[in-house]
Amino acid sequence: MQWFLASIGRTFLTFIAATGRLSLFAALGVSHCARPPYYPRQILRQMVDIGYFSLPVVGLTAIFTGMVLALQSYTGFARFQAQGAVATVVVLSMTRELGPVLAGLMVAGRIGASMAAEIGTMRVTDQIDALVTLSTNPFKYLVTPRLLAGTLMLPLLVVVADIIGVFGGYVVGVYKLGFNPAVYLDNTFEHLERIDVISGLTKAAVFGFLVSLLGCYHGYYSRGGAQGVGTATTNAVVSASILILSFNYVITELFFAK
Amino acid sequence: MREGAAKIRVRGLSKSFGPKVVLAGLDLDVAVGESVVVIGGSGTGKSVMLKCILGLLEPEAGSVQIDGEEVLGLPAAERERVNRKIGMLFQGSALFDSLKVWENVAFSLLQVSRMDRSAGKARALDTLARVGLGPEVGELWPAELSGGMQKRVALARAIASDPEIIFFDEPTTGLDPIMADVINEMIVKSVRTLGATTLSITHDLASARKIADRIAMLHQGRIIWSGPAREIDRSDNPYVDQFIHGRAEGPIKMEVRR
Ligand SMILES: Nc1ncnc2c1ncn2[C@@H]1O[C@H](COP(=O)(O)OP(=O)(O)OP(=O)(O)O)[C@@H](O)[C@H]1O
Ligand SMILES: [Mg+2]
Repeated sequence: MQWFLASIGRTFLTFIAATGRLSLFAALGVSHCARPPYYPRQILRQMVDIGYFSLPVVGLTAIFTGMVLALQSYTGFARFQAQGAVATVVVLSMTRELGPVLAGLMVAGRIGASMAAEIGTMRVTDQIDALVTLSTNPFKYLVTPRLLAGTLMLPLLVVVADIIGVFGGYVVGVYKLGFNPAVYLDNTFEHLERIDVISGLTKAAVFGFLVSLLGCYHGYYSRGGAQGVGTATTNAVVSASILILSFNYVITELFFAK
Repeated sequence: MREGAAKIRVRGLSKSFGPKVVLAGLDLDVAVGESVVVIGGSGTGKSVMLKCILGLLEPEAGSVQIDGEEVLGLPAAERERVNRKIGMLFQGSALFDSLKVWENVAFSLLQVSRMDRSAGKARALDTLARVGLGPEVGELWPAELSGGMQKRVALARAIASDPEIIFFDEPTTGLDPIMADVINEMIVKSVRTLGATTLSITHDLASARKIADRIAMLHQGRIIWSGPAREIDRSDNPYVDQFIHGRAEGPIKMEVRR
């Protein structure tokens, strides 16, 4: 019994310590945004990596999600004769929930993992120490550009995902379920409010920040050669995914709980 | 040695990892323009000593002065200013593998001195020529180079900004004897032309004799002998004798467990 309590206590303390370190890491990374020098090439490279090269993955996820949403809600709503709500359900689910969450998870797998692997490799091969000896702050050079790029690019990706998702729903609705194209589009935009889009884009910015933060954090503190880098990569993806899902709830609560 | 002439002055440097004491009050002086080589067995803490002097590791006690200025405990921005005087060749080269060879060599010119890219590239190719590498090498990625070429590129990166102080951590380890000698020649030549002060680490005695003005031996966390390079064969120190003759028997006990 005592052993059991002690182990709970220890886990809790480890958790608190890790949270503290992560917050400190985040604060340091953000504080460097306000202090020159800046590394525009690094920022640009990350933006292209996150924004442009994630387009195919996010686009595919979005189109199938939009399509399946239309199909599922149609068959579900048919049970109480509410098929007319399909377009609204698709657009609200995409903009408020699935666009940001799915894009966030896909980017966590793609970008979070590669950040942790790249920075982790730099750590274990002394490249981060080399930056210091070349009078370059590794935080400013490695972490800040990634945080900035993640926060800026994920909302853009989500705009694209929303549009593609709605388009997927439209294709299924019109060509498979026999909706009138004009009526479907009308239904799509009739009930869409500004807050739906804004809340989704806020989520996207937060998720982008989280993915970059955890990728950098786990990479930066990785140790112990190839195995350590592997662990860091796994931890970056898993912790980013969990944080995305929990922050998703918190942000939804902040926006929509009355 | 005169007090005021010390470029690097280390006093009472102590560093432990947990219960393991690595440095136990190490004293070392390097005079202006002097080339000092530290020898010592594997795992005696030579790399740790360099990392403490560079500020990459934080020692528990002691003082490190560079040009008479205490550098331990300096805030990061001040530390960057001091590091501008220093070039470092890492044991594993530590080239940035996301940058081309010439961008590696020009790193501090581009990122710290903010030179424009074409001027930086011209300087980088110049420096590469000084270590015997042609301009076509500049366009390669570090992963495309052999170990010996990587060492030479790392040497070029260390000397590119004409530092006053250069640290070499095992510049010849893992190279064939001819390439090792080529590297030694380059170190001697680059140091002569730059007039730099150097502190090197090696367990390669041929290399030590070639590049050192003075040799110091590290054992159990302290410098136990130091003297002019040509006197190493007549040191009358049993530890030094055992080391330079590579004998298993003697006062130095290797910890070998069976
Ligand atoms: N980051 C670290 N954490 C824990 N122990 C460390 C760390 N770095 C070095 N050590 C320990 O300090 C000791 C000295 O290591 P160091 O790398 O300085 O040896 P070295 O003299 O450079 O050896 P070699 O000639 O093989 O490079 C080793 O026993 C090593 O285990
Ligand atoms: Mg070493």
